[in-house]
Amino acid sequence: MSERETHGYKVGDPIRDTKAPEGPIEDRWDKRRFSAKLVNPANKRKINVIVVGTGLAGGSAAATLGELGYKVKSFCYQDSPRRAHSIAAQGGINAAKNYRGDGDSVYRLFYDTVKGGDFRARESNVYRLAQVSVNIIDQAVAQGVPFAREYGGLLDTRSFGGAQVSRTFYARGQTGQQLLLGAYSALERQVAAGTVEMHTRHEMLDLVVSGGRARGVIVRDMVTGEIETHLADAVVLATGGYGNVFFLSTNAKGCNTTAIWRAHERGAMFANPCYTQIHPTCIPVSGDYQSKLTLMSESLRNDGRVWVPLAKGDARKPSEIPEDERDYYLERIYPAFGNLVPRDIASRAAKNVCDEGRGVGPGGLGVYLDFADAIARLGRDAVEKKYGNLFEMYERITGENPYETPMRIYPAVHYTMGGLWVDYDLQSTIPGLFVVGEANFSDHGANRLGASALMQGLADGYFVLPTTIGDYLAGSKSFDEVDEADVEEARQKVQQKIDKLLSVNGTRTADSYHRELGRIMWDYCGMERTEESLRKALERIPELREEFWNNVKVPGDPEGLNQALERAGRVADFFDLAELMCIDALHRTESCGGHFRAESQDADGEALRDDENFAYVAAWEWGQDGPTLHKEALDYEYVKMTQRSYK
Amino acid sequence: MNLTLKVWRQNGPSDEGRMVTYKVEDVSPDMSFLEMLDVLNERLILEGDDPVAFDHDCREGICGMCGMVINGVAHGEQRATTTCQLHMRHFKDGDEVTIEPWRAAPFPVVKDLVVDRSAFDRIIQAGGFISVPAGSAPDAHSVPVKKEDADAAFDAATCIGCGACVAACPNGSASLFTAAKITHLGLLPQGQPERDSRAKAMVEQMDLEGFGGCTNTGECTAVCPKGIPLDTIARMNADFLKASK
Repeated sequence: MSERETHGYKVGDPIRDTKAPEGPIEDRWDKRRFSAKLVNPANKRKINVIVVGTGLAGGSAAATLGELGYKVKSFCYQDSPRRAHSIAAQGGINAAKNYRGDGDSVYRLFYDTVKGGDFRARESNVYRLAQVSVNIIDQAVAQGVPFAREYGGLLDTRSFGGAQVSRTFYARGQTGQQLLLGAYSALERQVAAGTVEMHTRHEMLDLVVSGGRARGVIVRDMVTGEIETHLADAVVLATGGYGNVFFLSTNAKGCNTTAIWRAHERGAMFANPCYTQIHPTCIPVSGDYQSKLTLMSESLRNDGRVWVPLAKGDARKPSEIPEDERDYYLERIYPAFGNLVPRDIASRAAKNVCDEGRGVGPGGLGVYLDFADAIARLGRDAVEKKYGNLFEMYERITGENPYETPMRIYPAVHYTMGGLWVDYDLQSTIPGLFVVGEANFSDHGANRLGASALMQGLADGYFVLPTTIGDYLAGSKSFDEVDEADVEEARQKVQQKIDKLLSVNGTRTADSYHRELGRIMWDYCGMERTEESLRKALERIPELREEFWNNVKVPGDPEGLNQALERAGRVADFFDLAELMCIDALHRTESCGGHFRAESQDADGEALRDDENFAYVAAWEWGQDGPTLHKEALDYEYVKMTQRSYK
Repeated sequence: MNLTLKVWRQNGPSDEGRMVTYKVEDVSPDMSFLEMLDVLNERLILEGDDPVAFDHDCREGICGMCGMVINGVAHGEQRATTTCQLHMRHFKDGDEVTIEPWRAAPFPVVKDLVVDRSAFDRIIQAGGFISVPAGSAPDAHSVPVKKEDADAAFDAATCIGCGACVAACPNGSASLFTAAKITHLGLLPQGQPERDSRAKAMVEQMDLEGFGGCTNTGECTAVCPKGIPLDTIARMNADFLKASK
């Protein structure tokens, strides 16, 4: 049997060059900035760049490229660029400002991020991220982002999930909103200046590759249904993560994988698709109709205490369970970090106590997050000041008052560390296709630390991409004309897919398939994965996909607003991505970060990495008959690889 | 619970539109309002009908994409709540619920409950920003900001741009939306250099888009999911007058 038949994939050449400069790590970004070719300001006006997505990464990238003088086209599927899902980030943004004098530094943020990522991220990228983090705060403050301040007028910070220094800047529980509105206002300023042309309610459905370079996108105008072609000298994807493959996640309903998946089919490698972050503090599922899950900022773990009853099946109200019959399990198992252990650890611990039958609430899928001690210690007013809007949100959704009864929380899919493979310049394996923010795989390794997503999105968009893309665009004069046949082929492919979806006229909705696919992924490729579960998923996914293509019912016409058609197209791509995620998860027999293989754990049930065999990035190349794995070895020159311990 | 929905159906901007009645059964009190509509739409698709188009995205009350007039009130009767955060426990068995899109001339209906709010983006384009190219900012601590000012700026900055204020206003005014941004940036030291030009340009754009004038009715702030205070409008007017002198 061939390799492909046995494992579902074959192994190709390793990736040897990530384009990171050599030399001391603290000098590498400086070196790259100096070596990057510059584009003459007069020529920038003639260079076109397409940016897809308007979240923190895409919004800031489009605005900055516009400021630099490039001709930018920006696309989003929402009715306004201000609505991208970065807006929902609550907790905060990390930066190595050391305003507290508590021992923080660029090096410490770098170290924490590499360690938090369970030694599966690149040192060079992470160091640059930590360096740039300080500029982001300056930029945001100058734009008028109203961060929390102290009475002296200086910025307030807090410590956040897994960090022992206070480096997280925040704007109440709405940090993502305020940062995104900052990027959005910068973007709209460029729209007014004429450097950025904004296309809202447009969905990217394919990438145009011509002469071996990314040269444009095929989009659907979601209002008229028209299929449009937009060409450029480079394309930037900032289309976010793919957590909605699980159907239920904390992502917005519209978040999808289509843009990056279609780019993957065109030759962009997909790295580490199995790395999924399950956030420990979300509101539990309440019923079958559930359409999404809502996250409660993990800043709540700074003052809330997580517990379950000691006894199995204890059905008493939380107020009736005496102190000595409660198990504050995070404090018990991890005395050094207690309730502040990183997300993957907190999530799995919650799953374990629920699996033991000690979960609370409907179906036993929940644990308590209790503020009684914090209210007694700080007073209700102080707790309200810190978390008021989160408490309100909880009450609105559950009908329960968390000042009086403990919150119930359960883990939910929240973020995907995997994404399109990019080099140090954030360029994918297709020349001219750059990928920023959650859509790429770059900086978080196997697990992202709290308050680091906003940092990475803005670092990519404001500071990294605008420099590195210039180096590529400096050569744009020698690019060939786009071949009309390449455009036509891409348009045909898009049109055929739409026609096919509309013609099946079966008996089940796209949403019902999506829900079933999500259930397969959650059960078999979720918080805990085994060879058996993954093989089961790899059996079920193609069967369900087959059924989808023969039995889905998509109403309406290709013309005009057709939300059911939009959804069906996204679900179709989720099927293919789900399969690759399971193949990746199956091949990685170690546990690391957001990927826990039950076969690889120590005597205490903690994740066990296998550095000898898996200290690499798994970059998958798409192929008609299955994927090919390319390994990028990870070397740690600065941070010593250790088994993570938060005990 | 069982409900009778009367939903505005309109096939496009030029279609006349009409209310259509649907019965929905077995609605759980823990469902969100949009989940109730999801269930209806799943049924309509299978019955071969056109599902009801509505805008939504984050479903956690922050993106500002959702919005409908429920029983005559923008986002429904529960205060300080977006449509996606409204839950069915606030309704009771047998209720009749009317659902309509935002109605205002500058917000033309795209389809059913979906409207075009791009006028809001153009108001921001006119001046809802501080001009600071990436990389040019001084250290964040170089300009201290009084906590009271920072907090008040934040309160105004929480506007989600949903448009409920316009839908609720008898004049179809966008004053609360525009004032929220003028207040947010005008309260911060960083926003001072462009304060006059901002107020003038944004107010002029608001008028150009065809939004009505403010007559201090206060319906806007009553339906605002983020509770943007009415006195932001007084501040906008003061800034505009000063800038127009």
